[in-house]
Amino acid sequence: MRMTTANGLIGSMALALFSTTASADLGLINMTRGVTESSRQIYDLHMTIFSITVAIGLLVFGAMFYSIFRHRKARGVKPAKFHHSTAVEIVWTVIPLGILVAMAVPATQTLIDLDDTSESEMTVKVTGYQWFWGYEYMDEDVQFLSRLDVDSDRARRLGSGVEPASVDNYLQNVDKRLVLPVDTKIRFQITAADVIHSWWMPDLGWKKDAIPGFVNETWTRIDEPGVYRGRCAELCGRDHGFMPIVVEAVEKDEFQAWLAEQRGETGATADAAETNEDEQVGDALASR
Amino acid sequence: MTATTQDHAHHEAEPTGLKRWLVTTNHKDIGSMYLLFSLAMFLVGGAMALVIRAELFQPGLQVVDPYFFNQMTTMHALVMIFGAVMPAFTGLANWMIPLMVGAPDMALPRMNNWSFWLLPFGFAILLSTLFMPGGGPAGGWTMYPPLMLQTGTAFPFVIFAIHVLGISSIMGSINVIATILNMRAPGMTLMKMPLFVWTWLITAYLMIAVMPVLAGAITMLLTDQYFGTTFFSAAGGGDPVLYQHIFWFFGHPEVYILILPAFGIISTIIPAFTRKPLFGYSSMVYATASIAFLSFIVWAHHMFTVGMPLAGQLFFMYATMLIAVPTGVKVFNWVATMWRGAMTFETPMLFALAFVFLFTIGGFSGLMLAIAPADFQYHDTYFVVAHFHYVLVTGAVFAILAAAYYWLPKWTGHMYSERLGQWHFWLSVIFVNVLFFPQHFLGLAGMPRRIPDYSVQFADWNMISSIGGFGFGFAQLIFVWLLYKCIRGGQKAEARAWEGAEGLEWEVPSPAPHHTFDTPPVVR
Ligand SMILES: [Cu+2]
Repeated sequence: MRMTTANGLIGSMALALFSTTASADLGLINMTRGVTESSRQIYDLHMTIFSITVAIGLLVFGAMFYSIFRHRKARGVKPAKFHHSTAVEIVWTVIPLGILVAMAVPATQTLIDLDDTSESEMTVKVTGYQWFWGYEYMDEDVQFLSRLDVDSDRARRLGSGVEPASVDNYLQNVDKRLVLPVDTKIRFQITAADVIHSWWMPDLGWKKDAIPGFVNETWTRIDEPGVYRGRCAELCGRDHGFMPIVVEAVEKDEFQAWLAEQRGETGATADAAETNEDEQVGDALASR
Repeated sequence: MTATTQDHAHHEAEPTGLKRWLVTTNHKDIGSMYLLFSLAMFLVGGAMALVIRAELFQPGLQVVDPYFFNQMTTMHALVMIFGAVMPAFTGLANWMIPLMVGAPDMALPRMNNWSFWLLPFGFAILLSTLFMPGGGPAGGWTMYPPLMLQTGTAFPFVIFAIHVLGISSIMGSINVIATILNMRAPGMTLMKMPLFVWTWLITAYLMIAVMPVLAGAITMLLTDQYFGTTFFSAAGGGDPVLYQHIFWFFGHPEVYILILPAFGIISTIIPAFTRKPLFGYSSMVYATASIAFLSFIVWAHHMFTVGMPLAGQLFFMYATMLIAVPTGVKVFNWVATMWRGAMTFETPMLFALAFVFLFTIGGFSGLMLAIAPADFQYHDTYFVVAHFHYVLVTGAVFAILAAAYYWLPKWTGHMYSERLGQWHFWLSVIFVNVLFFPQHFLGLAGMPRRIPDYSVQFADWNMISSIGGFGFGFAQLIFVWLLYKCIRGGQKAEARAWEGAEGLEWEVPSPAPHHTFDTPPVVR
């Protein structure tokens, strides 16, 4: 959330209170707007429904607290005797129904948009493993595994003695980033090799479950170059908390250059690299 | 409403000591055992929650191994749902339904004894899995395959334990339905029943409908593991998501099983301390029935991210949003009941008012979660954790505490210490919000649930949440102390312990004699 003045104020007050923590983030209280059209639609839906609940809340709690302060025995009031009113009951059944219908319209539109993976320009296959991610650029002959980076992995051991705040991007850094082009409709095919995982990138606006034996499809189109961080969202065993996702969005030509580099690098030893990766996966599965 | 009461001397010599409790068929004894068992489980499940909050106090792993952390989240949920909340409601049903409908006992007293005594054995098995090779279940209380199939020795024991608890719940429900439908005092038509009785009747039907579905789901897990079936394995033509459909077909009605009796309690307590009849009695009954019906057609809103067809997502989104209507009606009715009443604020009323306020906040976040596209962000984050703890802790648990305070004078014959009660309430209500409100922020900012460690931007709100957790946990010890004192003695309670209390239970002396309504009262 863009820090409002009030947020900023509370945030800085809290900052003073919690000055021991390197990066105090008490201002971090809302969903990200993200960097795609869909993520902004979702953010707007979220803020709309949130505002509606706040408005209803003010009315209901207002009436409730007014009643608590005015209609108390200590003030010597005599209780009224009424116990129903069909007219009022119909009103407060129908009005919420109307609000819900009004809310359902934009939600339906967003859902339809998100479901439409047609006309995508490239496809990335995402595979969840216990406990890392595999990425494959379809028809590009580029694939690799992406794991928690070494520094975080060392610091996160029970009693490691390493202060998490001293590690760069603790638990949200990987050894090899998923590089994607901006302004490109990218289709994701998401699956898993062992148990269910869920690929969640808040800045793209969604998460999608990675289910062994099935392929889920969804898509994105990133607007701004940058590094975006996400994580596995479905409990997948011991190290569920330790399989982050990092997306690096770059300009299209930069992306093509990166792809070429990947192919060049792995071109000569492609077979060896593949075998090696398969072995790694096999080891990981065997050792669980 | 008038009633006559006859309090007979004991018909025959009854066993005393331990044997009295083992073989009892008396609804009051069994109700007390359910309630005390539930309190014990509440403390056990709470201790597990404190392990979780201790580990999450700051980033990095300080206290437990991640796998043990997963066992704690799994067991905390199972213990709280099946051990604390459900038995508490069954205990209240046992104590109060016969008193409220003017019946001498539950319809099936021997089965009543058995359905209680299954619980300690079920939980002995479940808790013992923590000490087995490979540890207890760590796949979440939802037990999704294939992850659940990675459980060690504990696997069949967990499933057996849940079967036992399920059988206990089903028998309890049958008993409630049989009692309500057959044993009401002359003149008490269905639409004259207290709302607690109504909500329990509907809850009991929900339980009978869905507990066998849970039993089916976990039995399929068992056969997948040991007998070569592949219901949930794509390799053999099955589908892991099939399990989720079956589980949530049980799971969603289950969440209403955990809240409908609470609605009944709140609808009893607010009129009593407002000194004014409940607003919209019949719309309360219809709203409860509508919620129960809708609970069967919304299950897949727990699964918006599994990759359902668009039409399915739309259907489950619309159906879920609809639940807001009858739930809203209930909240509006409670506020209208308070309107122009003459309120006083004893501990039961305070918990009931906090329920209305905080449960509604949980309802609001529920409405937000119903919006499927937004759920793509909310799902499996701390936002969801905050949501269901608002409806389960400040909802179900607060209602149970309200009920305990409200009926303690009837159960023990003594007034509890109002001073301790007020302390318990205010500490609970403050700390519970310190505990759960920041979790909304954490979830929205990107923290997934069920993780033992997190990146440093989540550190501050987690620390605050943990402080709230320990505060809330220790505040509950005040209740234990208050309860002990109230059972041991205290100011003598009158038959009608509260000025505005209505209902047959207040026509019998306090404490309620061992046998009540041997001759049915007449309800006009
Ligand atoms: Cu995972």
